Amino acid sequence: MSNTELSSGRAVVAADDFDRRNLDWYVDKAVQVLVFICGISAVIFIIGIFTFITKEGYAFILQMDWVEIFTTQYWFPSDEEDPEFGILALIAGTASVTGLAMAVAIPFSLGGAIFVAEFASGKTREVLKVLVELLAAIPSVVWGFIGLSIMNPLIIETFDVPVGLNVLNAGIILGLMAAPIMTSIAEDALKAVPDRYREAAEAMGATRWQVIVRVVLPAARNGLLGAVLLGVGRGFGETMAVLMATGHSVNIPGSLFDSVRALTATIAAELGETAVGSEHYQALFAIGIFLFIITFIINLSADLIVRGVREG
Amino acid sequence: MFEATALNARNARIQTLFRLLFGLMTGLLILPVIIILFTLIQEGGAVISYDFLFTSPTDGMTAGGIFPALIGTIWLVAVALIISVPLGVAAAIYLSEYAPENWLTRAINLAIINLAGVPSIVHALFGVGAFVLFFNFGTSILAASLTLAVMALPVVIVATRESLQAVPLAFREACWNMGATRWQTIRRVVLPNAVSGILTGVILEVSRTTGETAPIMFTGAVFFTPFLPQSVFDQTMAMSLHLFVVSTQVPGVPEQLPYGVALVLIAMVLTMNSLSIAFRMYLRSRKKW
Repeated sequence: MSNTELSSGRAVVAADDFDRRNLDWYVDKAVQVLVFICGISAVIFIIGIFTFITKEGYAFILQMDWVEIFTTQYWFPSDEEDPEFGILALIAGTASVTGLAMAVAIPFSLGGAIFVAEFASGKTREVLKVLVELLAAIPSVVWGFIGLSIMNPLIIETFDVPVGLNVLNAGIILGLMAAPIMTSIAEDALKAVPDRYREAAEAMGATRWQVIVRVVLPAARNGLLGAVLLGVGRGFGETMAVLMATGHSVNIPGSLFDSVRALTATIAAELGETAVGSEHYQALFAIGIFLFIITFIINLSADLIVRGVREG
Repeated sequence: MFEATALNARNARIQTLFRLLFGLMTGLLILPVIIILFTLIQEGGAVISYDFLFTSPTDGMTAGGIFPALIGTIWLVAVALIISVPLGVAAAIYLSEYAPENWLTRAINLAIINLAGVPSIVHALFGVGAFVLFFNFGTSILAASLTLAVMALPVVIVATRESLQAVPLAFREACWNMGATRWQTIRRVVLPNAVSGILTGVILEVSRTTGETAPIMFTGAVFFTPFLPQSVFDQTMAMSLHLFVVSTQVPGVPEQLPYGVALVLIAMVLTMNSLSIAFRMYLRSRKKW
């Protein structure tokens, strides 16, 4: 509902001369205050998340040499004499897995979205949409279990490698996880292109495919880019599946068959064994701050890009 | 006059080709899941029995059932719902019915998007820092459910806002013209017309929350406890964490057991999700305006 309509409604109430301050009036005002407080809760929680993880992790950030942390690959946080906190290998692990996942997911989800939005019709379309939605509902721990118990032996057998928990495994799992979400966002973006664009092009004698390539895709470009970005954010922040399918060993991967460890998985695996307030504990929260900032930037740019298309 | 030229024929061929290609891609997108579901049912189906569902794990979690984890998940999800549904619905009412178009509303919308996008492990860190330590709830159902509630809040807000905005403005105007206050209008006209849409969103939230693992690992769910939770201040087992534990942390678990746990978990999640989808379709089919 547009807000001009709402505020005109308010103006009508303000304009009449009766004194309306009976019980209903007070209830109305009280509710207004209450829903306002609940309304800003999302903002409060976002600020709260940042505040509380910073509160636990800031001491580490202040005392550490950041160049060293981002450029060394030695992660030995619990070494008693000389703990090392290099996260380069963890970043490489997250990047390699997310990169492969996107290489898998982007073509399939965009192809899937085009098929569902532009080619499929009627029942087929409905069924496909429901299937994609159900796909998106599978919990990440179940995906991790699939990586562990189905993909792992499959990779060992197919490629004749000693370990099947590696970049390839986690990348495929993560790609399958991200694809349905990207498909449905991309499909929304395609559906947002007004039908009159398609009709105009078809009236000029264009085939369905020409309409898609020349008219629909350019018009939906920003929305599709937003879908890809949200997929990247999703893959980047995924925890349980990555923890279970990467092999979880600190490594800068040289091939698809190397085991790696991701930033998110490191927190999940180690937080339970650290003492509250210890350097290791603070380091994990510092990684959390890093993850928060990166995903914040990804989500913000996805939002700006998608909004750009609506205003343009 | 309307004979197909070589160009027309070529265009038609290209179109058929791409249609086939994209159809194939869509199929490949869905195929793995069908294989996976089939494998889970095949391997896990044998494990599931009355005893599996209704007894505790025994022999260091290498045998026995999943009862405490099932009950624990119900506790966690229920408490998370009690917290997030009223908060989310009220927030959606504000956004749909009151919010002016200003920087604050934009900030709220941005916060909702980000709340949905923050990695689940960061939500877990927040839960530890805020609910477990700062508010001193300890590792308990309360702390874990609060963490889940914050995480699920965007789902409730977005679903509710959509169904509130689907109620035509004319309904509200008719009510205002009768002299009703804004709240009376919302309570008597807008909410009754939107309640089923809200319910769809709530079921979806149940499905999401059931499967979450990372946010509850350090805030309230534990690997093993022989006791069923008695209050929100107890720790508990949970289905999602139990799947992680039996498939990675415990040596000597029979190969089939984790399949059984995964099958029960995925059955819970997909049932809820299908329910939500079916409900939504039913609503759409009997829409009155």
